[in-house]
Amino acid sequence: MVESALVNWSRLQFAMTAGYHWLFVPLTLGLAVIMAIMETIYVATGDEFWKKTSKFWMKIFGINFAVGIATGIILEFEFGTNFSNYSWFVGDIFGAPLAIEGILAFFMEATFFAVMFFGWEKVSKRTHLVATWMTGIGAAISAIWILVANSWMQHPVGMEFNPDTVRHEMVDFWALVLNPVAISKFFHSVFSGWMTGAIFAIGVSCWYLLKKREERFALASIRVSAIVGIVGTFAVMFSGDSSAVHVAEYQPMKLAAAEGLENGGERAPFSIVPGVEVPGVLSVLATHDINGYVPGINNLLDGYTTPSGEVMPSAEEKIERGKRAIEAFGEYRALSDSDPAAAAEARAVLDDNIDYFGYGYIDSREELVPPVGLVYWAFRVMVGLGGALLLLMGVMLWVSYKKHLASMTWLQWAALLSIPLVYIAGQAGWIVAEVGRQPWVIEGLLPVKAAVSSVSVAAVQTTFFIFVAIFTLFLAIELRILMKAIKKGPEIDNN
Amino acid sequence: MKRAVLAVYNFYVEGFKNMTWGRQLWWLILLKVVLLFLVLRAFFFKPVLAGKSEEQKIEHVSNELINPIKY
Repeated sequence: MVESALVNWSRLQFAMTAGYHWLFVPLTLGLAVIMAIMETIYVATGDEFWKKTSKFWMKIFGINFAVGIATGIILEFEFGTNFSNYSWFVGDIFGAPLAIEGILAFFMEATFFAVMFFGWEKVSKRTHLVATWMTGIGAAISAIWILVANSWMQHPVGMEFNPDTVRHEMVDFWALVLNPVAISKFFHSVFSGWMTGAIFAIGVSCWYLLKKREERFALASIRVSAIVGIVGTFAVMFSGDSSAVHVAEYQPMKLAAAEGLENGGERAPFSIVPGVEVPGVLSVLATHDINGYVPGINNLLDGYTTPSGEVMPSAEEKIERGKRAIEAFGEYRALSDSDPAAAAEARAVLDDNIDYFGYGYIDSREELVPPVGLVYWAFRVMVGLGGALLLLMGVMLWVSYKKHLASMTWLQWAALLSIPLVYIAGQAGWIVAEVGRQPWVIEGLLPVKAAVSSVSVAAVQTTFFIFVAIFTLFLAIELRILMKAIKKGPEIDNN
Repeated sequence: MKRAVLAVYNFYVEGFKNMTWGRQLWWLILLKVVLLFLVLRAFFFKPVLAGKSEEQKIEHVSNELINPIKY
């Protein structure tokens, strides 16, 4: 029981830290585009209004960035302390992308960020504009490497396991970078950031309208943000579509859990809410074919044969092969010096079963099913809120041109109250991605319970509560500084 | 070359000197870095494999993977 608590606390701490980190990242990604577009309009028109407008959003961007900075480093602390087996086992696969991210982010941020904030009166308009765009592009590039590392855990490619070093070694860098899961995840995450930035900027602008101040600034910000947000939402939908196909192919249990699909088949239905299903739609989403075969939870546990005749093993067969792999790994380690021939045989068995290595740690088939209720509802919250926010942005854009938005207080309230909703949608998306892949930390290769370090539960609990206290403090500080900056406003003469 | 380096140096120095609202953000970043590295990292997050040689690390992880704790 104690050990099980260790796994759960380690998992909870990581989830909490990652979730906190993701409060700041999407706003950074979204506001970077919004402020860069505003500055582009300033450079193109020479209108000082746009300079002040972009400077205001830059200030908000800076506050969010300052509070969010380094929150991701805590995740790396946790790798070394709570997940040392995992950290060693993944080897340079995980280290290389994170190192590239760290170096790139540092240099891009140290140069372009400084020019963007310090250079208004010191460099030309065009140089400053380039710096602003590069700050946003740099943030997105940072995201690439993080998501490459994350996607490798969802769909491990481009590596080989070396039993001598007990590490995975990269054999194909481009397979790692061009991992299809990484590509769709990158676009899905970055464009969801555009949505967050847009809804945030629209909500704040509506607060000004409710306060009957900064009307020109608010309307201009709403128009730019709504366009960015609508483009972002459609891109999220397209990348989400390709992501669904990848999940169906590489992580079918996650898809089955997200749909609550117990028994699959051809023309699989999409569940809108429990009891309300649309026939064939899940097959279309998962395979782009209305007759496509989608396995359910029971099929995946019992084993099944695809329409093309491919036989997929049952949970018990996978567990058996996993145990064989671990046993062969142990034999190889024990015999590699004393009996090279026997070690070579063990190595061959290990190589034959390496794809099922992680299954060897699984004690029962039930462990292979993620928490279905949580994943199912998180998916619906993400998609439902995404659709509602798209509608809101469409209405805001239309009304800002065709109607007198400044007098429509109900719409202004709706936009202001939507700010938390976009964050809930983003967090729900990560719950689908990360809870949906449980029990794996690396799909098929390492479950969370084999990845954790043998540290005391009390130590993990202590740091968990320290983090809760620190995160709450910093969040409160950010909100206070943000509110102060927003109350002060963009200092634009609106007449 | 020297002038260019000096210009870049002055750019940063003047930028930091002339900061208004950014000053409190830098204090916030500093406070956070101190908390993270000098408190959390130093006292609470000691990497389990730190201080071990390469061979010891391999031995430690392989033992954990071959003889996992039963849950």
